[in-house]
Amino acid sequence: MRNEREFPSSKSGQGVGARLPRKEDDRLMRGRGQFVADIRLAGLQDVAFVRSPLAHARIRGIHVPERYRGSVFTAADLVGINPIRAVSALPGFKISEQPVLATGKVRQVGELVAMCVAPTRAEAEDIAASVTLDLEELPAVYDMLKAREPGSALVHEHWGDNVFLETNFEVDISAALDAPIKVTREISTARQCMSPLEGRGVVATFDRRLDQLTLHSAAQMPHITRSGLAECLGMEEGLIRVISPDVGGGFGHKGILLPEEVCLSWLTMRCGHPVRWTEDRREHLVASSNCREHHYRITLYADRDGTLRGIECEATVDSGAYSSYPFSACLEAAQVASILPGPYKMPAYRCRTFSVATNKCPILPYRGVARTGVCFALELMLDLVAVEAGLEPGEVRLRNLVQPEQMPFDNITKKHFDSGDYPQAMRRALTSIDIDAIRARQRKGESDGRRIGVGISIYCEQAAHGTSVYAGWGIPMVPGHEQASARLTPDGGLELRVGVHSHGQGMETTLAQVAHEMLGIDVAKIRIILGDTAMTPYSTGTWGSRSMVMAGGAVATACRELGERARRIGAKLLQHDPVSVVLQNGEVRGVNGSVSLQTIAHTWYRRPQDLPADVDPGGLEVTQGYKPVRDSGTFSYAAHAAVVAVDPDVGEVEILDYVIVEDGGVLVNPMVVDGQIYGGLAQGIGTALYEEMPFDASGQPLATTLADYLLPGATEVPSARLDHMETPSPYTQFGVKGIGEGGAIAPPAAIANAVNDALRPLGVELMQSPITPHRVVTAVLAARTAERSAA
Amino acid sequence: MKPAPFGYERPRDLNSALSMLAAAGGSAKVIAGGQSLGPMLNLRLVQPELVVDISGLAELKQAELRDGELVLGALVTHADIEDGRTADVTRGAMRGVAANIAYRAVRNRGTIGGSLSHADPAADWISALAALGARVALRSLAGARVMAIEAFVVGALESALHAGEIVEAVHVPPRPVSAHWGYAKSCRKTGEFAHAIGAVLVDPARASARVVIGAIDTVPIVLTDAAELFGGRVAADYKQRFDARVADALLAKAGISDAAERHIHVSVLKRAVHEAAA
Repeated sequence: MRNEREFPSSKSGQGVGARLPRKEDDRLMRGRGQFVADIRLAGLQDVAFVRSPLAHARIRGIHVPERYRGSVFTAADLVGINPIRAVSALPGFKISEQPVLATGKVRQVGELVAMCVAPTRAEAEDIAASVTLDLEELPAVYDMLKAREPGSALVHEHWGDNVFLETNFEVDISAALDAPIKVTREISTARQCMSPLEGRGVVATFDRRLDQLTLHSAAQMPHITRSGLAECLGMEEGLIRVISPDVGGGFGHKGILLPEEVCLSWLTMRCGHPVRWTEDRREHLVASSNCREHHYRITLYADRDGTLRGIECEATVDSGAYSSYPFSACLEAAQVASILPGPYKMPAYRCRTFSVATNKCPILPYRGVARTGVCFALELMLDLVAVEAGLEPGEVRLRNLVQPEQMPFDNITKKHFDSGDYPQAMRRALTSIDIDAIRARQRKGESDGRRIGVGISIYCEQAAHGTSVYAGWGIPMVPGHEQASARLTPDGGLELRVGVHSHGQGMETTLAQVAHEMLGIDVAKIRIILGDTAMTPYSTGTWGSRSMVMAGGAVATACRELGERARRIGAKLLQHDPVSVVLQNGEVRGVNGSVSLQTIAHTWYRRPQDLPADVDPGGLEVTQGYKPVRDSGTFSYAAHAAVVAVDPDVGEVEILDYVIVEDGGVLVNPMVVDGQIYGGLAQGIGTALYEEMPFDASGQPLATTLADYLLPGATEVPSARLDHMETPSPYTQFGVKGIGEGGAIAPPAAIANAVNDALRPLGVELMQSPITPHRVVTAVLAARTAERSAA
Repeated sequence: MKPAPFGYERPRDLNSALSMLAAAGGSAKVIAGGQSLGPMLNLRLVQPELVVDISGLAELKQAELRDGELVLGALVTHADIEDGRTADVTRGAMRGVAANIAYRAVRNRGTIGGSLSHADPAADWISALAALGARVALRSLAGARVMAIEAFVVGALESALHAGEIVEAVHVPPRPVSAHWGYAKSCRKTGEFAHAIGAVLVDPARASARVVIGAIDTVPIVLTDAAELFGGRVAADYKQRFDARVADALLAKAGISDAAERHIHVSVLKRAVHEAAA
């Protein structure tokens, strides 16, 4: 559905709601983007790292051949460099210290041990290959459930166990225990790698004139990177400039402060020339950061008619060896407890969570963060309630979803839902997928021996979490007011400076649309400046689907103030009382005529002699801050429905149809939102069917190239059918809601439910992602064996 | 992910190439399309002292009919076969296989000789050509020899090539008009290596069948006389007579202990049999 709201300038086709082609695509689609690896600086040398080949070992020695001394640096050289510490204020949180180059022990395969510098990367790799490590292997902690047991090997000995944090949340669970329907299962999601097209990359250089370290990094949150760097390097923030140029996808992977960033910063100051490290795909897969590995022991309690009485859950998240900066090792698991109930009503709830340290690389919040796992667990369980109650899965959802007349709604964990009509989204998805036709087709059977199944899922996506949400976590980063700067140029163009970053989201276009909405300036004349701490206001950056709500709101606020200043100058030029003129379509208009913003800008900068002496001296450059009316977050949501065909003998799953009914509030650019949803869907399909980083018992990651770590490609992603609803947020500028992650949240649940729907008559149930051919066939054979022994 | 240092030569004729290989005494690798060796070099899984690039050898790019057989030079690409730029004696069987190897970009550069030399159990040609009864011609300075594909592949990533020897050509016998062809594979996603391959050439008129179960961890299982899979004899009703238990036992004997893995292989083989009979 198109956005039918009328904003003042929407007739121009460039404002809020316009399906405007992306401005940045001219550069990006012609291969003219500038990414970190494209940066060329005089005297640049390349870095390769010696990385730990073992998951857990004591370092007895590092042997560097004589001829390479001077090109190789170890922890012993990094005097005065602090380890990365990402603490949470949640009670009981145990602190990990991540040395930027390993000291004493290595705690994951791929951990940095030594840094090698040479004129080219190949030569640096040759040097790295010549360095030998004397390691005493220790038992690896590779299974998060075993890691919780007493007697497990310890990742951080002084803790006494392997638990970063345990949390408990309960509302009256005893009231649910006598429910007639009680379903209990174990559910898990595999460990994944985020796999943006562009990996991480760092170019560090030191500017003697400015006395400033400049770090170019493929990063989502340059200001946070600077704060983290300053802490590790023991430098003033003003001595550091972080530039994040074009970035080829982030998804959370580029939100972390890297030990490599700290190492190269130190190195360029030590060597006196620029240095570069470009993450290769093997480093990305093995060494950098992972995501998604959740385990649930979960029970749903319900009445015979499918009404939920309560949920009881114990969730464990494999956080890896270290707490990553700034999100910490506990964000994911602790978030499970607060978001598991989602958009469903229930009177009772209990959830215990464990953030567990293992000998794997740190876990990071990946697009959807804990929601993808939570949605998978809850929606699979709701299908089982439907089976027990003898109801259609859609019926169980409709019975338990929050109703539109209850909005705004505080759910059992006190999440504040700003607006929305969840039942309508579900009904539209069921209609669109044509559930009745599929049931009829299932009764008929397939001539090719495959089995058809339909699955649904629904979720909410809390976005643009504000101060009140993050203050509770007590992690190194808490978002406050978001700021934007707006400056009219002398020729009537507009420059906007924002501290968020764009790595595929199209913000050079959408923020320009917001400014156009406020000022009427042609988007072609609006430039967005981002990704540079020296050029932009401080911001926590781009994460948590916050940029359009927060930076969009800040741009609107700054433009409103800029427009007001222009209007007052315009009134002087028109010789009107300011109260009698308005700013409209890029002009200040009064009863006797109008003056364009271009003329106002030209006059202010180039012909101040034309202005009266009592003009407001504030000028045409403003910085303004913004927060929504409530900062507890916007709630966008979607219902997904999938039809699959499963071959029970080969285990192949084909997606035949896919429907998404989505409500992201008012959409600034629906075409960009469609792109976000398609991209998220592709990643969700990866979680559902393909992506998995397995480990062996010695903690070795087993998918070390993209031949083993499978990502969905063009042929694996169906042409989904999108349907938009629009319930404006009552709390934000224009009623927008954050929308960036949703596409990746619901597909694993919808697809798994569809596969289970297809195979349920065979007695098969799959409760683990990804659903691989081997897992399908193993389950089918087990069900056949069970049936034979029962017969 | 950069290769260790190596020497590089690009000879202009086969004899020079063979001389270079002989002189290197086993420390050289031959590169043609580079679709397998390239990544292996970058991952430093192989660290040869010398890489001999044979992509300039015109004599290995020939494809011709000789004594009723199709002789494909080692440098014929998968795309050459897919697009029909080479003659075909298999009545479309090889074109069908070629068209589903990896991705088009790989097929444009990847060569039939390179694929065989690499001897990846999950690759298509070692299974498909074994089922078609093809032979491979090898050459070194010491001379030439010809052997059946199934004899050429001796292990995972292990061929019968001696040091200094290269694949020169592939000899493909014509597929009789009465012979049915079926080729099925299961891949996790389009273009990925298969995790199960079934290839069958069944000729009910001559009561013969060649069957290959490929993409197992080791050499493909090649049955040059596959009557046992069809209840002891190959006849027009072979589809109905296909015995999954025999295939399962063969896989168990080949060391595949996981029942689901065997079941997938047997099911894919069954698909190939059904395709042949269709």
